[in-house]
Amino acid sequence: MKRFFVKHLLFLLLTLFAVSFLVFTLNEFSPGAVARKVLGAYATQEQVDLLTKQMGLDRPVLVRYVDYLAALASGDLGYSARFKLPVKDVIFKHLANTALLAAIAFACIVPLSTLLGVVAGMREASRLDRVILMFSTVVASIPEFALGVFLASVFVVWLGWLPGTATLVAGGGWSVAAQLVLPVAVIVLFDSGYVVSMIRASMVEVMQRPYIRTAVLKGLPFRSVILRHALRNAMLTPVTIIMLQINYLIAGVVVVETVFAYPGFGRMMLEGALYKDIALIEAGALVAVFLAVVTNILGDLAYMLLDPRIRA
Amino acid sequence: MSTPVAAGTLSASSPAAARVRARRWRGRLAALRESTPATVGVAIVLAWVALAVLAPLIAPYPPNANDMAALGHTTPSKAHWLGTDHLGRDLLSRILWGARPVLVIAPLAVLGAAALGSLLGLAAGYYGRWIDLTITRTCDIVLSFPVIILYMIILAHFGSSAWNIIGVLTLTKAPIIARIVRGMTLDLREREYVAAAKMRGESALYIMLVEILPNARGPLVVDMCLRTGYNVIIIGALGFLGIGLPPPDPDWGGMVKDTYGMMMVWPHMALFPCAAISSLVVGFNLLAVGLRELGLRD
Repeated sequence: MKRFFVKHLLFLLLTLFAVSFLVFTLNEFSPGAVARKVLGAYATQEQVDLLTKQMGLDRPVLVRYVDYLAALASGDLGYSARFKLPVKDVIFKHLANTALLAAIAFACIVPLSTLLGVVAGMREASRLDRVILMFSTVVASIPEFALGVFLASVFVVWLGWLPGTATLVAGGGWSVAAQLVLPVAVIVLFDSGYVVSMIRASMVEVMQRPYIRTAVLKGLPFRSVILRHALRNAMLTPVTIIMLQINYLIAGVVVVETVFAYPGFGRMMLEGALYKDIALIEAGALVAVFLAVVTNILGDLAYMLLDPRIRA
Repeated sequence: MSTPVAAGTLSASSPAAARVRARRWRGRLAALRESTPATVGVAIVLAWVALAVLAPLIAPYPPNANDMAALGHTTPSKAHWLGTDHLGRDLLSRILWGARPVLVIAPLAVLGAAALGSLLGLAAGYYGRWIDLTITRTCDIVLSFPVIILYMIILAHFGSSAWNIIGVLTLTKAPIIARIVRGMTLDLREREYVAAAKMRGESALYIMLVEILPNARGPLVVDMCLRTGYNVIIIGALGFLGIGLPPPDPDWGGMVKDTYGMMMVWPHMALFPCAAISSLVVGFNLLAVGLRELGLRD
């Protein structure tokens, strides 16, 4: 257990170093651009040069990288040129919004896809299995923006039941809860398609094991074969995949956030990237990778807890 | 590995082997028809390929031509079967032309990722030790990065062109392929025919590419199919986010980006490109589902 944490912690640190250095050097390809962005198109070149010097952007890359790390260690994430606010404030506000979206979606995805995946996988090639398999394949094939457009054209344009934007500011007669329905629905549909097929595949494999045949042959009702013998084993592999979805839900939902004008982390990163807001991109990338690696570790941990064979 | 068994292995280049291979391929194509998902998937993908190839011949209008007269009624009509967009450009023509970049970029990026990923995976699995450790760790780092954020950073910096998109897709998908190939190489390198090749004094590169890689192709082909579908989704998403292929040439994601704000008035402008991209991805994914089914049956 101790070794597990030490190993993963080292990997987390290594990854954060690698990513921060990569993003940092990547940003070096547009020197001067930061000052230009801050001052706007009408500033003279002299003003831009002066600000570049003031911000210390004319020093060698490595020196600035070390400085950057030192600042990071003291909790200073820099200043966002796009939002004109400290990066810390910008990031955590948007991250909280996305976390809300992700939490609701995750709470729907896990039970829904477990149910569908198990029901489909317990009788491979049955009619129900075919229907669920086709449904999950098709749903996972539709890009998120297309799902958003399809759902919006039915529920917003045609029926008028829901608002087409989710700005989290109650207005136009729509509550925040109503605003959240469509973004959550798009995420749940798109992501469940993938998770269902993973759980189904695992279930199909488990159902072919000898201990299931034994359980069936000794006359146990099918229900308890599934619930007591198959389910736990079938969830082993998917549990890592389910944990990985948290990563997608927080950093990968930029498209959904853009469709519904949701003020989340992904859209903040997109704005930062388009605006070349370097401080924001760097901090955001670090946060995203940190979350990714931590959910990875949690996935491994959950796997260990579920499988007594590798619990050392 | 310590028991050399060399006799009786069929040389890969003999005419008999070529005939066997040809028969096997024909058999496989016939088998494809046995799976309904595979048949439907192949049909959809081939239909889009045909439409894309024939676009210059069958598209009723040039893709970027504005029909100002149509702006009064942009909805589908006899002159414009799928209607026009907000600039009076014929939607059908733009959707047909829009199939071309996607169907070039997505497969090219998959081939690139397969080539790079296979080499990395083979090297990691075959040599083991520090080479394996370095490659696996690097792949883990790339994989742990939320790719869409990586695309945003890279494309916003270097500008987006078809080649840049192929480049980032190749680099971010290669680790996944590398992981699959590595796993299979670990298993395959202990086989007798590999030991035999070693006894013959073949080079490591020969053993990896000729003895091991062809035996790992089954899962690889299924995965490449899935990857192509995902690449289509990502190319669409990049277009939708405004960091995809540069305008004004038609790009499905970009078409949706330009028009989804007008959905309350003209939903068709966003709906048709969405339907186009969805159907193409469904095609690739059905093909993957079918191939996996057929693979399991053998």
